Amino acid sequence: MKKRIDPLSLVLGMLVRLAALITCAVIFFLVAYILIKGVPNLSPSLFAWEYNTENVSLLPSLINTIIMTAFSLLLAAPIGIFSAIYLNEYARRGNRLVKLVRVAAEVLSGIPSIVYGLFGMLFFVVTLGWGYSLLAGTFTLTIMILPLIMRTTEEALMAVPDSYREGSFGLGAGRLRTVFSIVLPSAVPGILGGVILAIGRIVGETAALIFTAGTLAKVPNSVLDSTRTLSVHMYNLSSEGLYLDQAYATAVVLLVLVMLINGCSAYLAKRMSGGYDGKN
Amino acid sequence: MIKQKELLMKYLFLFCACLSILCVALICLFLFSNGLPAIAEIGPLNFLLGTRWKPSNDLYGIAPMILGSLYVTAGAILVGVPIGVLTAIYLARFSSRRMSKILRPAVSLMAGVPSIVYGFFGLMVLVPIMRTMFGGGKSILTASILLGIMILPTIITVSESALRAVPNSYYEGALALGASHERSVFFTIVPAAKSGIMAATVLGIGRAVGETMAVIMVAGNQAIIPQSLIKGVRTLTANIVLEMGYAADLHREALIATAVVLFVFILIINLLLSLVKRGKGA
Repeated sequence: MKKRIDPLSLVLGMLVRLAALITCAVIFFLVAYILIKGVPNLSPSLFAWEYNTENVSLLPSLINTIIMTAFSLLLAAPIGIFSAIYLNEYARRGNRLVKLVRVAAEVLSGIPSIVYGLFGMLFFVVTLGWGYSLLAGTFTLTIMILPLIMRTTEEALMAVPDSYREGSFGLGAGRLRTVFSIVLPSAVPGILGGVILAIGRIVGETAALIFTAGTLAKVPNSVLDSTRTLSVHMYNLSSEGLYLDQAYATAVVLLVLVMLINGCSAYLAKRMSGGYDGKN
Repeated sequence: MIKQKELLMKYLFLFCACLSILCVALICLFLFSNGLPAIAEIGPLNFLLGTRWKPSNDLYGIAPMILGSLYVTAGAILVGVPIGVLTAIYLARFSSRRMSKILRPAVSLMAGVPSIVYGFFGLMVLVPIMRTMFGGGKSILTASILLGIMILPTIITVSESALRAVPNSYYEGALALGASHERSVFFTIVPAAKSGIMAATVLGIGRAVGETMAVIMVAGNQAIIPQSLIKGVRTLTANIVLEMGYAADLHREALIATAVVLFVFILIINLLLSLVKRGKGA
């Protein structure tokens, strides 16, 4: 077969390849740049227990990030999963309330984080009188990640074949037992995927936390103490402009965290698709 | 006993489902009740169309910030959508297995990188480059490019799934009529996925409008209407973060009112998105 040269096809083919190349190049350059500039600055003093202006330790912020993530998940995961169970397992199709919940979740997932931050400040910090605190930050983040967990859980529940439920009902199990012993276990990888995405959002969040959790770089003694997560820490370092080396190092730690989180989610996604193949 | 438990749990699930409605209601209530009085006091026209933001002189016009957000978002769309959609087309129809194995994790890594890291990268790398190339380091242009990069993953993933949803028979039909691979993809599959690509663009707009930390670091943040692409600009989001820390009284309320305006923008974008999605269903 003779291959004719078609200029338009040639140009289009080059364009898509160029775009893919640009996308790849940007992220690889970003990661490489941060690693090259940051890794040499990862000194032991950055991981000192106490933060002061001499060592600019990131350890307290790292610990705060973990605490904040754990608390937010403890709140948001049950609420999000239970909501999804209601939407998918209990509500009848075309239910008004279901539509309303969906719209609400959609609105929540579109709200910019700074608006969450202001709301958190107005409601948790001022009206409820919690002050800049771990608690206020946690609740703000909880609302922020709720729609994410709801949506991914719902998708995971929808992917569970109806025959599972029918089998369970046929054996005489009630709705509740069906949900908890049959449907939820088979949806676990999907739900975990959502949880991991949520962790990623929490770790990267800055704007919602500045005015709710505050910026105190200390491991909190109580839930009403001000805390600073790693992203906020990095914002402070880079906006002050005095500790650029440490900011690079903090960026490395953040990037490594994100890569770990991405790795977990890729592993789960693989297991999930693999699991379904095995069953069918 | 079992029946009671069933009923109890059912209501617990129902309660949890209603919590997200409650959250939206609370957010609306607190933002509007704190922001609207300020808008009324300043005067809606003075507030929305006023070109001068000088809290120390009691001048609260957010037109520069509204324009700033619009400019920067438009720039981000101009940068991000072509590259994103083309990359999605590459991933859906051109890429070999091996390339997908590199590109896909790269895109998901891009989605996961915190915005503060993007901002820092922009400040350290993009700003100096732009300064030497165009004479304006922190500018609309820099912010547009950075935001364009940041919305790439959203655009790529959403348009790729739209492209993959197009039945393969479209492509095969075009091939059978003698069109080349590239022509088949661009003139049958891409038009068929149009509404999905639109949805991706609208989502990208939403992300770009709401982005805060990265923009603050590269946009320059001058609260004046920019006269050229290489001038600094302040967005609505930046306005809130920069001044909330020390604002009091009317100034503070004006900032909350800024958030109200931002919130309304996002609601409009959400509405657009659901319209686009409904168009797809019809």
